[in-house]
Amino acid sequence: MIPTNYYLVLSAILFGLGVIAFVFKRNIIVIFMSIELMLNAVNLAFVAFSQAMGKLDGQVFVLFVIVVAAAEATVGLGIIILTARNRQSLNVERVDLLKL
Amino acid sequence: MSSFLTTNALLIITLVKIALLLFMVLTVNAYLTWFERKVVAHIQSRWGPHRVGPHGLLQPLADGLKFLFKEDPTPAGVDKFVYFLAPLLSLALALTSIAVIPFGPDPIHLFGRDIYLGIADLNMGILALFAITALGVYGIALAGWSSNSKYPLLGGLRSSAQMISYELSLTMSVVGVLLLAGSFNLREIIDAQAHHPQWGIFGWNIWPQILGFICFFISAIAETNRVPFDLPEAESELVAGFHTEYASFKFAMFFIAEYTSMITVSCLCAILFFGGWLSPFPATPAWNFTHYLPSLLLIPFGLWVIWDGIRYETIFGRLILPAIGMAIGAAGAALLYFPQVNEFLQGPFWLLSKVFVFLFIYVWMRGTLPRLRYDQLMNFGWKLLLPVSIANVIITAFAILKWGAR
Amino acid sequence: MTPQLGIFCVLAALSVLGALSLILQKHPIHSALSLIVVMVSLAGLYLLMGAEFVAAVQIIVYGGAIMVLFVFVIMLLNAGVEEHTNLSKLAGIAGIPLTVALAGFIAAAIARSGEAVQAAAQTGAVSSTRGISTMLFKDFVYPFELTSVLILVAILGAIVLAQREK
Repeated sequence: MIPTNYYLVLSAILFGLGVIAFVFKRNIIVIFMSIELMLNAVNLAFVAFSQAMGKLDGQVFVLFVIVVAAAEATVGLGIIILTARNRQSLNVERVDLLKL
Repeated sequence: MSSFLTTNALLIITLVKIALLLFMVLTVNAYLTWFERKVVAHIQSRWGPHRVGPHGLLQPLADGLKFLFKEDPTPAGVDKFVYFLAPLLSLALALTSIAVIPFGPDPIHLFGRDIYLGIADLNMGILALFAITALGVYGIALAGWSSNSKYPLLGGLRSSAQMISYELSLTMSVVGVLLLAGSFNLREIIDAQAHHPQWGIFGWNIWPQILGFICFFISAIAETNRVPFDLPEAESELVAGFHTEYASFKFAMFFIAEYTSMITVSCLCAILFFGGWLSPFPATPAWNFTHYLPSLLLIPFGLWVIWDGIRYETIFGRLILPAIGMAIGAAGAALLYFPQVNEFLQGPFWLLSKVFVFLFIYVWMRGTLPRLRYDQLMNFGWKLLLPVSIANVIITAFAILKWGAR
Repeated sequence: MTPQLGIFCVLAALSVLGALSLILQKHPIHSALSLIVVMVSLAGLYLLMGAEFVAAVQIIVYGGAIMVLFVFVIMLLNAGVEEHTNLSKLAGIAGIPLTVALAGFIAAAIARSGEAVQAAAQTGAVSSTRGISTMLFKDFVYPFELTSVLILVAILGAIVLAQREK
């Protein structure tokens, strides 16, 4: 039986790496993927707690998170395709028309 | 040494089973290509391979040697890592999916242990199969993209879109069977069909789930990219689709992956809808004489092979074919002399015959049906097949509410 | 070192390596493949914890549908290697050590609070799928129907976004 802390530490590490990728990458698709990485890290924490407490609530919530991530990926990637076609670039630093 | 063997016995037994199963699957793959070429040729009123060895039986060996020795060029400008990863991924996933299929009900008793026929008896067997199928899309999409060329990219994108569309109706059409069986475990699904042993063939899932079977079979043909859904790898429209830029050995890996997924889907059809290892005759003691059916089939087949071999044209054929015929006849006779082995082999015999029938239907459709155009294919998948499979789930659920699962 | 701990270490190392590869790769398709590796190893961890249904759903939905969507978009947009601009060097020098320190602080805090969480560990007896489905259709029926509506809205949104201009 693996202690729950091990899973939580792994979840924290993955979340931190997701934040680093979100802040430092310039390609909009990779930024979106880092959001998915953060959601996965949180899912891991949910399932770890669900196993620790012996209840299945955590796993049900993981299902909801996966469904919401799917819906968000759908609409987000649609927006990304439109933006990329309009600006001819996938670099977030080029989407700066509203800058002062 | 012996204590090492006893403590790690499960691991060693599983490794041996994996090696045996891999060997058998690869051999069946090779002779499936021979079978397909022969059957398609006879449908088209020609002979097919008949020069390389008696009746072309050594053709797969010749093809394998060709794949090993042919030049394997890597096109310029490809993404090397992804180009090499794609066929490996396809092959690995296709071969992994065979691990969850149970081949027989009774275990073998060896060294004081029960060894079940089947590598992994997972409680979520069907879910694991769907997970592996879902990942199979990547092999094709990445192959098409990494080839740095127009036709493979188009073929890869079309094929991936087709596979993910038909995955939905594939999973929905199986839900009816799961509702009837109450479990994801493949062994328990077959046991649920054996609930009334005196019904024999009428207890199989095909009767309550005929709609589900039709949806499953059509979706499975689309999933494995076979005719009539094989536009992504069509020879006449797209050069060779997503595997245009792949030569000898890597092409062989895609080839093996496709035929292995064909075998897996045939096993699934047999297990989910046609009773798996159950005999079509009722299992009551009055019908025990049907247990001699394997011998009854093997011995005449062996005699026919001997008779055909004696009159064959080449000397090699006149030597080899009677030997094969005598081996088959001896196996059939041995089954008569050892009733325990006969009882044990009943399950695998029926499962393998049903798989063989489904493989024949696959090959038959290849020789007979024309290809669907891409928009016809997508329309059919989304507008007809998915609503029908969802309707099947709803009807099954209401029927179970009213009459109970068994 | 029990076999379970060994498998956990392998899967955890694989997921961290995948996440690092997501950050360090230059081409977005390689980042996508690294993310798929992370998801499959997380599914393995779920299996290790006994959550078999969630593991299968993770591979089928996340790995087999959402990531396929990402890979399609990368192929369609013909995304190339990332360009370098000068705006992010300063952020890198100051930011990465701070983020590592933050993550390390959280990890250390979690690791030190071990006893409280472990005391509540019990084993579940009912099978994962049966239990989840019972809860999903009895206690969580309202969120379940809401997520169905959410998916419908997302599909409509994607169709509207993909329309050509008339």
